[in-house]
Amino acid sequence: MAMTREQLARRVAQEFQDGYYINLGIGIPTLAANYIPEGVEVMLQSENGLLGMGPFPLEHEVDPDLINAGKQTVTMARGASIFSSADSFAMIRGGHVDLTVLGAFEVDCQGNIASYMIPGKLIKGMGGAMDLVAGADNIIVTMTHASKHGESKLLSECTLPLTGKGCIKRVLTDLALLDIEDGQFILRERAPGVSVEEIVKLTAGPLVVPDHVPEMHDLD
Amino acid sequence: MSGFDKVVESYEEALAGLEDNMTVIAGGFGLCGIPENLIAQIRRQGTRGLTIVSNNCGTDEYGLGVLLVDKQIRKMVASYVGENALFEAQMMSGELEVELTPQGTLAEKMRAGGAGIPAFYTATGYGTPVGEGKEVREFNGRHYILEESIQGDFSIAKAWKADRYGNLVFRKTARNFNPMAVTAGRIAVVEVEEIVEVGALDPDEIHLPGIYVNRLIQGTFAKNIEQRTVRKA
Repeated sequence: MAMTREQLARRVAQEFQDGYYINLGIGIPTLAANYIPEGVEVMLQSENGLLGMGPFPLEHEVDPDLINAGKQTVTMARGASIFSSADSFAMIRGGHVDLTVLGAFEVDCQGNIASYMIPGKLIKGMGGAMDLVAGADNIIVTMTHASKHGESKLLSECTLPLTGKGCIKRVLTDLALLDIEDGQFILRERAPGVSVEEIVKLTAGPLVVPDHVPEMHDLD
Repeated sequence: MSGFDKVVESYEEALAGLEDNMTVIAGGFGLCGIPENLIAQIRRQGTRGLTIVSNNCGTDEYGLGVLLVDKQIRKMVASYVGENALFEAQMMSGELEVELTPQGTLAEKMRAGGAGIPAFYTATGYGTPVGEGKEVREFNGRHYILEESIQGDFSIAKAWKADRYGNLVFRKTARNFNPMAVTAGRIAVVEVEEIVEVGALDPDEIHLPGIYVNRLIQGTFAKNIEQRTVRKA
C-alpha cells in the first residue's frame, strides 16, 4: 500500500535530529512538524523571515502580521526570532539550515529536481525552492513515486524545467526511500506492504536494489 | 516637509512624480506587510506600463493584484505567482511580461541595489532556466551565476512604526522584503500604522534608519489574510 500523507510526514519526522534548524516546504513537509519525535528539539525556519515557527494560532491569537511561507497564519515558538527576507536567505544560502524538506514534480538520477513549472500548463514560480536546493546540503524531496497514470517521477533525466542541478541526494516517495549516488537511485527502504517489484516497476531511472531492503516502521 | 522630517499629508503627495513606464519596487510577502494604500493610490492615479518588482503579485482581489485589473503592469519581477488567476492568465496570453526570480536572489538583488553593489554571484539557479545567458564562474569547485542588482524609480513599503525622520520599526513577519525594498528605490515611500515624535524610538530598536526614506505617511490598514489557519483549543 502506498503511504498516506500522514505516514509520509511521520517518516520525514524520523529524520529530525535534536538541535536541527529545519526548513519545511508547503504540503507534506509542513505536516511533518506534527510528528517531531519525543525528546528531539528542532527549530523551524520559515523563509519569509521567522526562525522558531510555532503551531497554528487559536482563533483569538490570529495575527495578520505573522504568517509562514505558505501564507498561513502561525505563532512563534519560545526562542523565536524575526528577520528580513535578505537575512533569511543568507541563512539558507550560507548553509546554516541543517535540513530542508520540499516537494517536487520530478527528480532524476543525476540529482536534478524540477518543481516549479509545467510549460504551457502550470506556472507557480520557484518561490524560495531554488535558493533552498542550492544552499542546503541535507535535502529530502517528498513526492508521489508515480503520477495518477502510473508514469514514474524518478527519471533518468528530468523533462521539466529544473529547480536545481545535481543537488538532491535523498527522495522519499509514497512507496520508498531512495538515495541518489553516482547517477543511480539506491533503494534504501520500502513503504509498509510495498514490494520491491512494485518499486522497480515504477522507477524509470536506473535503480540499485540492495540484497536487503527493510520496511519502514513506526508510521502509525 | 522640512529638514529631516519625511512626513507627507496625502497619498497623492506620497506618490507625486510617479509616471508611466517607471520601475516600482514593492515590499510585502503575499498580503503580509504590503503597502496597501500606496498600491490603491497607484490604481487611482492610473499610472500604466509599470515594471513592478515584488515577491508576489497579491491575489485577484487584494494587494498588487488590483493593478492587473486595468492592466497597469507591463512587467512583473517576482518569485511566486501561485494563487493569482488573473496574473497567470495575463502571463499566459503574453500581455504581462514576467521575470521569475528566485526568492533569495530577489531579496539580494534589492539589498545589493540599495547598497551600491551592481551584481553578485550566487549558486541559486545555476543549471536552470534562471541561469540561462548569465555569466558562470567557478569558486572552490562550485558553479555560480552572476545576478545583477535592482534599483527602482520608486519603492513602496510598509512598516509598523516610524518617527518623523523616517526611522522604521517593522512588526513580526510583515518585515519580509520591506527593508530591502526601501533601500533600493530612488524615491522611497513608506506607509506606517503610527508616526511618533523624534526621540520616542530607542535607537537600538530601529530596524531601518531614516536615511533610506524619502516620504513617510500614516495610514490605516485592512491587513487581509490569505490563508487563515487556526487550531482548536
